[in-house]
Amino acid sequence: MELILAILIGLLYSAGIYMMLRRSMVKLLIGLILLGNGANMLIFLLGRITKGKPPVIPEDSAFFTEIYADPIPQALILTAIVISFGLQAFAITLLKQVYKVIDSDDLDDLNTTDDDI
Amino acid sequence: MTDNTIILPVIMHMLIAVVLIFLWNLPRVQKFVSVAGSILVLLVSILMFYRTWTTGILTTQAGNWQAPFGITFVSDVFSSMLVLLASIAGVAVSIFSIVGIRKERLRYGYFPILHFLLMGLNGAFLTGDIFNLYVWFEIIIIASFVLMTLGGRKPQIGGGIKYVTINLFASIIFLTAIGILYGLTGSLNIADLSLKIADVENRGLVNVTAMLFFASFGIKSAIFPLYFWLPASYHTPPSAIAAIFAGLLTKVGIYAMLRVFTLIFVPDDFTRNIIIIIATATLLTGAFGALIKKDLRQIFSYLIISHIGYLIAGIGMFTEVALTGLMFYLFHDIMVKTNLFLISGVIVKIRGTVKLRELGGLYDEYPKLSLLIAIVFFSLVGVPPLSGFWPKISLLYAAFETGSWILIFAIIISSFFTLYIIARIWAEVFWKPAPALDHLPEDRFSRMRFFDKTTMILPLIILALVSVYMGIAAENIMLISKHIAVEMIDTSPYIQAVLGTN
Repeated sequence: MELILAILIGLLYSAGIYMMLRRSMVKLLIGLILLGNGANMLIFLLGRITKGKPPVIPEDSAFFTEIYADPIPQALILTAIVISFGLQAFAITLLKQVYKVIDSDDLDDLNTTDDDI
Repeated sequence: MTDNTIILPVIMHMLIAVVLIFLWNLPRVQKFVSVAGSILVLLVSILMFYRTWTTGILTTQAGNWQAPFGITFVSDVFSSMLVLLASIAGVAVSIFSIVGIRKERLRYGYFPILHFLLMGLNGAFLTGDIFNLYVWFEIIIIASFVLMTLGGRKPQIGGGIKYVTINLFASIIFLTAIGILYGLTGSLNIADLSLKIADVENRGLVNVTAMLFFASFGIKSAIFPLYFWLPASYHTPPSAIAAIFAGLLTKVGIYAMLRVFTLIFVPDDFTRNIIIIIATATLLTGAFGALIKKDLRQIFSYLIISHIGYLIAGIGMFTEVALTGLMFYLFHDIMVKTNLFLISGVIVKIRGTVKLRELGGLYDEYPKLSLLIAIVFFSLVGVPPLSGFWPKISLLYAAFETGSWILIFAIIISSFFTLYIIARIWAEVFWKPAPALDHLPEDRFSRMRFFDKTTMILPLIILALVSVYMGIAAENIMLISKHIAVEMIDTSPYIQAVLGTN
């Protein structure tokens, strides 16, 4: 399980970076989404995957006595997913605005601000 | 010591922003609420700084979950001083925005977003939890994205795309680093991490994580070679927005870097050398970049990068003197850089352009305003006794002490270039006779009502006064800086205050 996840994370990161390096802005956005998912999976993997154990203490004991599932990585990922939701929604709106203004999907068509070098 | 008032600078900005959203269609009321709210937050920040300075480190545990399990908010002298400076900059920018921001932008929620941005900044300065720091960073960047692209002109969204992409990328690196750190230690509280990181056996992975943090904060604070997004985007938004970005957004990266590298990963010789080399390159490339630009705001953007180099240099040397100089420079830089971009906003109102070629003759028309601007320029360059001079002395002294000759060279060269660039700006914008242009842009400043003029000049005066105070009463600021530097080298008071034990 860990090995599969590790390979998956590697694939997500590399695909994300590859997509970010393309000139098309839609692909850039997809790259960012893939990278974000990769980071979330990484937190999931590094939080130790424990199958079938509850993250709660039995009623009659004061602390954990056996292996338990750590709930914090899930909480972190949930937060990160919600944040990336908002950021992606903003980025998509921004791309639409860019498309309306320059009528193109190519990042090279935006390079007008630096022409006075 | 537990003290719940330290959460106030965060909550108050949130409340102001919410109230402003309800006043969506009333820009006039919005202006009033924003300025009044900012002043209120400033008063609370002063109180918070006073209490931190007199009683020591203050903490509060969110939801009463004891550290390291809950989210901790910590106010040590470093945090509260930055909150104070951010509040001063916030007051200045919100006063400037009354006239400095166009109606179309005000109608699309400029003021609420500005306060959300300030909330994010205060939150980032006060949090004691690394994941919470990530969340505040996201709040800051999403607010800054909206401010950056509000209005939607072509150069603005062009700059916006670069800014959004690189900041999202930096956040993902930050998140990755947090994930690895959690996997290594099983904790997220910064004070707890600083104890637990020593027990980790896999030192290689610890160093990799440290470098991931460095890269992520490096992108946000625009260090060499990760600064390229800054000059491509900072000159595009309106001056009031650029001012808050220039003064505070890059500094938040430096703040996070200082926290992480003093508490969690104390830099070893190898890391220090890398940081010193990067600092040298940042100092020089920023100065060279500013040298070739012909646009006032682009020159200022490159100066931001160059002066980030001084701050990075302080981290690289990591002695008490160096950290003292770094702190002083950080305080000075927040005030002066905010002021510079506000000045460019006033110049735009007067001349309608920021291109050096088309500017000139300002001194003839506005001698008093020019002298005010001259004070700001002099403190930027570091003419004694103004504020830029003292931290440079400390940094140079520290560089001599540690024998970083390359850094001494870079600091002197960069200071010299800053002097040259400012002298050129002075000559081109203020002394040179106004060029004869076919399309003479109208002077929108002189036609303004007295009240409007005051709201544009008052922020400049406030910030300039703070700069002058920092220069003349340098011993007070030096005392604060030194206190912070001592706390950074011996972090046990911080850890003790957060965890409540030894």
